[in-house]
Amino acid sequence: MNAANRLTPYLFMAPAVVIMAMALIYPLGYMMYGSFLDWNPSQTIGEAEFVGTKNYVTLWNDPNFHESLWVTLKFAFFCVSIEMVLGVGLALMLDRNVRGMTFLRTMFILPMMIAPVVVGLMWRYMYHPTVGTFNRTLDGLGLPKIDWLGHHALTSVIIADIWQWTPFIFILALAALQSLPRSAIEAAKIDGATAWQQIWHIKLPLMMPVLIVTGLLRLIDAFKVLEVILVLTEGGPGLSTEILALRISRTATEFRELGVAAAMSNYLLMLLLLLTVAMFAFTRWQEARANRLRAAVEEDT
Amino acid sequence: MPTIHLDKLVKRYDAVKVLHGIELEMAEHEFTVLVGPSGCGKSTTLRMIAGLESVSDGEIYFDGKPVSHLEPKDRELAMVFQDYALYPHMNVARNMSFALRLQKRPRAEIDKKVKEVAATLGLSEYLHRKPAELSGGQRQRVAMGRALTRDAGTFLFDEPLSNLDAKLRGQMRAELALMSQRVQKNMIYVTHDQIEAMTLADRIVVMHSGVIQQQGRPEELFKKPVNKFVAGFLGTPPMNFLDATLEARGDEVFAVAEGFALRLEGEKTALSNSASNRGVTLGVRPSDIEYAPAAPADRALQLNVLVSEYVGAQSVLLCQSGSNKVTVEVKSETPLALGQTLTFAVDPNRIHLFDRKSEAAL
Repeated sequence: MNAANRLTPYLFMAPAVVIMAMALIYPLGYMMYGSFLDWNPSQTIGEAEFVGTKNYVTLWNDPNFHESLWVTLKFAFFCVSIEMVLGVGLALMLDRNVRGMTFLRTMFILPMMIAPVVVGLMWRYMYHPTVGTFNRTLDGLGLPKIDWLGHHALTSVIIADIWQWTPFIFILALAALQSLPRSAIEAAKIDGATAWQQIWHIKLPLMMPVLIVTGLLRLIDAFKVLEVILVLTEGGPGLSTEILALRISRTATEFRELGVAAAMSNYLLMLLLLLTVAMFAFTRWQEARANRLRAAVEEDT
Repeated sequence: MPTIHLDKLVKRYDAVKVLHGIELEMAEHEFTVLVGPSGCGKSTTLRMIAGLESVSDGEIYFDGKPVSHLEPKDRELAMVFQDYALYPHMNVARNMSFALRLQKRPRAEIDKKVKEVAATLGLSEYLHRKPAELSGGQRQRVAMGRALTRDAGTFLFDEPLSNLDAKLRGQMRAELALMSQRVQKNMIYVTHDQIEAMTLADRIVVMHSGVIQQQGRPEELFKKPVNKFVAGFLGTPPMNFLDATLEARGDEVFAVAEGFALRLEGEKTALSNSASNRGVTLGVRPSDIEYAPAAPADRALQLNVLVSEYVGAQSVLLCQSGSNKVTVEVKSETPLALGQTLTFAVDPNRIHLFDRKSEAAL
C-alpha cells in the first residue's frame, strides 16, 4: 500500500516524462552525438565519419563564428537593456487609474501577439529604401533618407525586436508594480519623497526581483531569435546581422555541415545554460534569504 | 505644531457620499482619537488630513492656512500605518532615517537622531535588521520610530495597534501614552477600539456613517452621551437598553416596564409635563446596577440571572427582565445563584433616557 502510494506521483508524471524524452532528450542527445561527426545531409547518421572534437576546435578558431557570436551578444545586450528601460518606464507611467487606461494597456501588448514572421515582413516593408513608411516620411519632411537595412541593419533589427518585446517587460513590470505594498508608497509620500524619489528609492528596489527574472528571460529569448532577422535581412549585409541562430540554420542548410551546426548549437546551448543557471541561482538565493529571515524572527520570539 | 481645523469636510466616491461635513477643531498638542465602527469614515478623515485622499468639499486648515491642495510631503506630518508600511528593502536605521536623508540633512545629525530615537524605543540592537527579521511588536516600534525621527508637527496614527496580539497591544498602548506626554505634538489617532480611545484621548470624536456623533473629553462622552449610539459604543460591557414608558405619578416621574418602575431624579423630572405615557429607551450601564436585596421598590430591578461570566475580581451576569436581556457587573464574591430572580438596585442619577425615534438623549 505504502509503496504503491509512493509510486503514484511517478505514474501520473509518466506520460509527461515520455513526451519530454521523445521531444527533448532524444533530439538533444542526437545533436550532441552529431556534433562529433563530419556529417553531410545526404548521409544517414550511421554513415557519417566520427571526428571527435574537430568541429568544436574549428569553430573556436573561426573568425566568422566569432563575428556571429559578437553580433548575437551586441543584439541581445542592446535589445534587452533598451527594452527594460522602456518597458519599466512605460509601466511606471501607466500605473494609474485614468479613463481608457485598460484599453491603452491592451494596445501596448498587441505587438507581442503578432507572429514573428509577420513582424519581420511588416518591418521589412516599413524599412524599404524607396517605398517604405520611414523613408517616405523622412522624404516628406525634407530630410535625407536612411539606408535602414543596409548600413544600419543591426540597429534596424534591434528596433524591430524592441517594438515587439518591450510589451512583455511592460506587462510584467506593471504586474510587479501593482503588487507593491501600497502603504509603503504612501509612507514614502508622507516622508517627503517626490514622485522621482518614490520610484528610485521605493518602487524600483521593490520591483527588482521580478525585473531581474524578466531580464534574464528576455536575454535567453534574445539569444535564440531567428525569424524576424531571417525575414528582415537574412543576416546581411555581410555578416552584420548574422546572429548565432541564423548562422546555425545556414550552416546546416546552405553549407550542408550538420556536425558543425550541431557543435555551434551546443555552444549556444552552453551560453543559455549559463543564463538559466544564473536565474535559478538568483531565485534560490532569494528563497534562502527569505528562510533565513523567517528563522531569525522565530529565534527572537 | 499647528492647530488643525476641519471645515465641513466632505468625501465623495462618485455618487456615494462617505463623509458628511466633518467639522472639527483640534487644539495644539492635543491627542485626538477618532473612533467608530468600521466604515464610519474615520480612516478616510485621517487620510484626507494626511493628503492621501483628495478633499471633495470643505477645507482643512493648519494654523488657519488651507492645506487641502498641498501634497502630503508639504504638510509636515508623520504617520504610523496599520500594517506599519515599513520599507522592506531597508534596514531599521535606513527606514527611520529615510525622511531625513531625503531632506539631505548632514550625516552626523541623522545618525545622532536615529540613535536617540532607537534608544528610547529599545531598538538600538536591531538597527541593522531588515523589517522581515523583526517580530510584529518590533516592527510596530520601528514604524513609531520612523515617525519620531522626523520633527513633524503632527502625528497621524491609523489603527496602529490592531495587528498586535492583546497583551502586546496593552503594552504598546501604555508606551504610546507615555510617548505622547513626552513629545508634546499634535496626535490624531484612528481606532475602532473604544478602550484605546478612552485611555489615550484628550478628545474623543465618535463617528458613525460619516457623521460626527459627539466629541469631547472621554469622561464627558462616557457620562453624558448625546445619543444612543455613543452610549452603546463607549464602555464595556456595553450599556443596557430597555424599552420603557414614562409615567407621571403626582409630582414624580417613573420609567415603567415589566419588572420595574424606576423613579427619575434631578433634571429628568422636568420631563414630567411633556412626557406622560411617552415611550422611551432607558439606558443603564452594567456597572451602575448593583445587587441589593433590600432595594426600595422605586429603584429596584427584578432580574432572573441566566449566566455568570467570571472575569476575575468582577463577574458579568447575563440576566432576563421581562423580554429584555440585561448585563450586570458585580463583584465576584457577591453570593448569587443562577436561575433565581433577584432584586438589583439602579442608581437613579446614572439612568440615561433616549427618544425612541431619534435616539437622542433626553
